Amino acid sequence: MTGVQPYLATEQLTIGYRSKGLTKVISSNLNLALHPGNLVCLLGSNGSGKSTLMRTLAGLQPALDGNIKIGQKLLAELPPEELARKLSLVLTERIEVGNLTAREIITLGRTPYTGWLGILNVQDREKIDEAVSLTHVEDLLEKRAHQLSDGERQKVMVARALAQDTDLILLDEPTAHLDLPNRIEMMNLLHDLARTTGKAILLSTHELDLALQTADYLWLLKHDGEVSAGVPEDLVLNGSFESAFLKAGFSFDKMSGTFHVNKQSGPLTVYLEGDELLVSWTKRALKRAGFTLAIIANSHLKIRAMSENAVLSWEIEGFDKTQTVNSIEDLLHTLRQF
Amino acid sequence: MAEQENSKSRILVGLAIFAVFFFVLDIMLGSVRIPIREVFNILFFQKSENTAWLFIIEKIRLPKAFTAILAGCGLSVSGLLMQTLFRNPLAGPSELGITAGAGLGVAAVMLAGGSSASMYAISQLGISGSWLIVGMSSLGSALVMVLILAIAGRIRDNVILLIVGVMIGTITLSVISIWQYFSAPEQLQEYIMWTFGSLSGVTNYHLYVLSGVVLFGLTLAFAASKSLNAMLLGENYARSMGLSVGKARLIIMASTSILTGSITAFCGPIGFVGIAIPHITRSLLGTANHRILVPATCLTGAVLMLACDIIAQLPGAQTVVPINVVTSLLGAPIVIWVIISRNNIRSSFS
Repeated sequence: MTGVQPYLATEQLTIGYRSKGLTKVISSNLNLALHPGNLVCLLGSNGSGKSTLMRTLAGLQPALDGNIKIGQKLLAELPPEELARKLSLVLTERIEVGNLTAREIITLGRTPYTGWLGILNVQDREKIDEAVSLTHVEDLLEKRAHQLSDGERQKVMVARALAQDTDLILLDEPTAHLDLPNRIEMMNLLHDLARTTGKAILLSTHELDLALQTADYLWLLKHDGEVSAGVPEDLVLNGSFESAFLKAGFSFDKMSGTFHVNKQSGPLTVYLEGDELLVSWTKRALKRAGFTLAIIANSHLKIRAMSENAVLSWEIEGFDKTQTVNSIEDLLHTLRQF
Repeated sequence: MAEQENSKSRILVGLAIFAVFFFVLDIMLGSVRIPIREVFNILFFQKSENTAWLFIIEKIRLPKAFTAILAGCGLSVSGLLMQTLFRNPLAGPSELGITAGAGLGVAAVMLAGGSSASMYAISQLGISGSWLIVGMSSLGSALVMVLILAIAGRIRDNVILLIVGVMIGTITLSVISIWQYFSAPEQLQEYIMWTFGSLSGVTNYHLYVLSGVVLFGLTLAFAASKSLNAMLLGENYARSMGLSVGKARLIIMASTSILTGSITAFCGPIGFVGIAIPHITRSLLGTANHRILVPATCLTGAVLMLACDIIAQLPGAQTVVPINVVTSLLGAPIVIWVIISRNNIRSSFS
């Protein structure tokens, strides 16, 4: 990382807000950097201050102390027009203008470059076309904002940020209103954009799974205001990830990189074997239902999951009898009778 | 896209033709019948066999038609600016208390007539001819504007600002009511006549002043169209796109108060136009781009105001119905019809 000039860097930054003379510090002594071509995810649970950090970095809210540097210059000293050419935003708030077409919204991204009447020149049109093709929103251009789905609207907003042609793009919870396929698509899109355009992209999210998979770099904002920054895998291995989201009733599985709901184990111990895929899904169901899974085959109950010619079956062996069922629902039903 | 642009410019040209048509119609019709040929003679060659007709057209009907256009343009555009600035379909000059402020100024002149001197002065000058009234009206609207601007500096939330505006309007109106309650009947009558609204009081150099002021306000509005567009996505986005929101807001508010203040002073508080015309225009053109909306709103406002004026003088009849009554009576059903038939007004704001 050394040697490459970061697009954005903070020096001993303190964030928080002042109201009625009282100062509420959320986090202090932050030394963070956004490098070209990197997708950085800011993770933190609700209320940890993700939005405050994003707003401060975007210049929408003053820093309490310390500096934010955009390139070589201080953010606080950049005139608004110049800042708008360095940093663009995608916000959580839903835009409220149904009558604008997607094309008009993307065109607004050129605002910092156009003259007093906002008339586009050749370069403006090129940048807009480029933003459109990078985000694959060609088919949406003539649609009005209220006709777009949440996922489509979010892509249009990303295209608008791209049209603004900035080194930095900050996105505040871009996946908040989206369903799973759209969330994955959005994260992939942002990841690809960071790669292909060389921009530094920072997004805040609480999608742990997706962030772990797509981010080049993570900033973990803990409840006490401490920020751990690093490559996702390092943060998982050194335990930062787990401690940031520590909560009763959850456990973090370092193996799969996912969180699990802790359930009280039941008295019945079950041994499971058979088809790999079936075993994996049966295991989930059994865990949820409160059964303890045995590692060796000496328990009272033994289940063999089989898949033959697309017919699924589970053979339950125990308490001196053998039964066969054809769905997990029936399996759980049978087990509960013991 | 090109096709859409074409249909938009077709609508604009259509509106312009309508405006010219209603302008001519407005001049032709009135309590005195003047042959069409004579009307054109007077318009293009400034001469006629009947000097009374010449006088009627040049001194009464032409200024009135021009005033109708100015009032239609100014009030509609100030409504458009308010609606975008406050991101609220219910915003308009009268809703923010600016018209009420102008009313307070007028009331101060008409009702404060305790001394015989001012009473004499007012009756000498006539209701709408009085420069005193004009000055005080502009002062009143500017006062409300400054108050709202000061509050706007402290409150960043547009919805709260709108509520404050409504409250200030209410306070202003009650002050006027108290004043009315303690006023002599003759003074009251003059003030109430003013509240009905009239386009016919603006003549001679009054018209030049009004045109100058309204054109200045409209120029400010058109110059702000880029800022207005950026503000469509909300203030945070506007700021992220390099807009100095405070400065833009100042220009927009200045334009609004100039337009509303001057027109209200000269023509009385004309309701409905400011809030309804922007909706009709957006609905007609299906766009939110202010570079198109500002001129289009002017045209729609002019057409509607001229139509209202034609109806107000009920062709052939000797009496003239107050313009304020006509705008509301004709306008409200139009707005309801547009809302129901186009069904896309809501989508401009959500």
